[in-house]
Amino acid sequence: MNILEVNNISKSYITYSSELERIKSWFSRNKFQKKRNLILNNINFTVPRGESIGIIGKNGAGKSTILKLITGVNEPSQGEIRVFGKISSILELGIGFNDELTGRQNTTYTAGLMGIDEDKIQKVISIVEEFSEIGTYFDKPLRIYSTGMKMRIAFSIATAIRPEILIIDEILSVGDAYFVNKCFKKIKDFQNQGTSIILVSHDFQAIKMLCSKTILIDNGSLIKYGNTEEVIDHYNALLSETKSKIEFNELENFKVQTVSGSGEVIIEEVNFTDKNNELVETINVGDSVKINVGVKIVDQIDSLVLGFSIKDRFGQVIFGTNTWHTSQVITSPQVGKSYSFCIKLEMSVGVGTYTVQLALVDKDTHLTKNYHWIDMAVFFEVINNKKSFFIGNSWLKNKIEIKNV
Amino acid sequence: MLKSLYTFRYFILVSIKNNLINKYTKNNLGFLWIILGPLSQALIYTIILSNVLAAKLPGVENFYGYAIYLLGGLLAWSLMSEIISSNTNLFIDNANTIKKVSFPKVTLVAINTGVSSINNLFLFISILAIVILTGHQISFHYLLLIPMAIITAILAQSIGLIFGIFNVFIRDVGQAVPILLQLLFWFTPIVYPISIVPDFLKTLIQYNPIFHVVDCYQQIILYNSLPNIMSIFIILFLTILFSTLSIILFRKAGREMADVL
Repeated sequence: MNILEVNNISKSYITYSSELERIKSWFSRNKFQKKRNLILNNINFTVPRGESIGIIGKNGAGKSTILKLITGVNEPSQGEIRVFGKISSILELGIGFNDELTGRQNTTYTAGLMGIDEDKIQKVISIVEEFSEIGTYFDKPLRIYSTGMKMRIAFSIATAIRPEILIIDEILSVGDAYFVNKCFKKIKDFQNQGTSIILVSHDFQAIKMLCSKTILIDNGSLIKYGNTEEVIDHYNALLSETKSKIEFNELENFKVQTVSGSGEVIIEEVNFTDKNNELVETINVGDSVKINVGVKIVDQIDSLVLGFSIKDRFGQVIFGTNTWHTSQVITSPQVGKSYSFCIKLEMSVGVGTYTVQLALVDKDTHLTKNYHWIDMAVFFEVINNKKSFFIGNSWLKNKIEIKNV
Repeated sequence: MLKSLYTFRYFILVSIKNNLINKYTKNNLGFLWIILGPLSQALIYTIILSNVLAAKLPGVENFYGYAIYLLGGLLAWSLMSEIISSNTNLFIDNANTIKKVSFPKVTLVAINTGVSSINNLFLFISILAIVILTGHQISFHYLLLIPMAIITAILAQSIGLIFGIFNVFIRDVGQAVPILLQLLFWFTPIVYPISIVPDFLKTLIQYNPIFHVVDCYQQIILYNSLPNIMSIFIILFLTILFSTLSIILFRKAGREMADVL
């Protein structure tokens, strides 16, 4: 018995040469469309009752669009979606809140929008007030809330009444560890009671924890639907495959990549591998990794230093050093010669996404000479499914001893 | 559509209530503002236009005759213009909700029109108070204002909905509607009586749908008489026409609205 059937759905956004043409198209069989932008192409899958699935893929692959079609916010251009149960969803943070209204009023309004019966709304409000734990803020307007507080309200409303399908789009990435844990617990509870979860996330750890099966979407098509581990591996392979083809400044996951330098020496190749020299994208806390940098000497120089720094998603440098400080300066390299640097690191850092910046300079800073500089040369994600849960930006070796006294 | 209105009936009522509460309870005078706004508007027209301009209408005894004429017209006009202009921006203002929650969009329309109608009710109460204060005789004909207001609201809502749908796809509509409304205001005999309009313009004004609504209101409020049957027919015809058109458009456009917002 399925809870959700997605049959051959496609979604395209049609561009008309003018919006008047669009209005004409409502009343005519002729199609005036100028350009058809295919977002989803012939997607098919079913979710058995009680089973939870994850949806992964690159940015812009069409993951959120699928969720919007399932919830009914948007309609598919072709195909059919059949839902056999009550859906509750949290799409892209927040559920269309009004910033001027208080948390309580927003709860009333949103619960009403979701079609919750009049007599249950009071109950929902008290559940939301209790679960969100935002105290007196509940009666203050949302404009003074932090993002995390809005997320708390949104999650509390969506889960106030147990739905048969709970759809979550990336929401668990905001909010503090305490509340995220509370959310996970609630979701687990729902799963035990038979709710199906559909989760879109870049947080593979969350997907592994909640979803037995996962769908991989790339470029609007369903690439793979299978066991979560398998699909995530497939995704990683897909990423490294595309990465070797991509030029440095066309890294699609990042909007801006700064490349600069005078060009006497150039970085020809960069890759990020695990200790077995396999290209990776996602690693575990504490894993040993290698950043391999291939460099070519183009012009006569006196000295060559390679520097790198690892930055977290806020751009804060987590760690950085260079071959000047490690006393490995290359002096008077021969023109035309290539060097290969292998930076070995043990990633005892917190869960999150990181980027690596590389620089070829002549001394300890890039202030005198900057040969080649690449921002965001590598990006990778650190997840934690080997160590016990921890918060913070670094992993410290720890041991807690308890004694009876 | 009717079914979802019925299912969401409590939600609609509660939202109308909350909307009003929010608008008027955030300030110190609270609900007094709901009366003060329309009252001052009505008073300004009454005092200034009757005393300063000393305008007098042919065939009306009361010194404030002109003012009452004006208030009647304004009551009809504000109901129409408020509903039309708020419906025009309805979907754009609620884009955030439409893109994130799946719900019948017709509830938004109902809430919006409900709020405007209640605002208009308060304006009516203020106007009624002034009319009585000026010593103007009122009669049972005033009861006709109730069906009049309902039909007017439906007509205005249909027109507003059409603008609102177009506005989602062609944002210029939102800019054009206020200008259009302003033009229409001066093209409708509200501030001036139709008798002073040159003949060639009179025929033209007949084509202005709002003229007929305003005329009916003025007949009832100032002249205590039954409105012109012809005007009633025209209003009913236009209401059916525009509401059918708006429902068809709404059904066609509803699918694509969330894509564009």
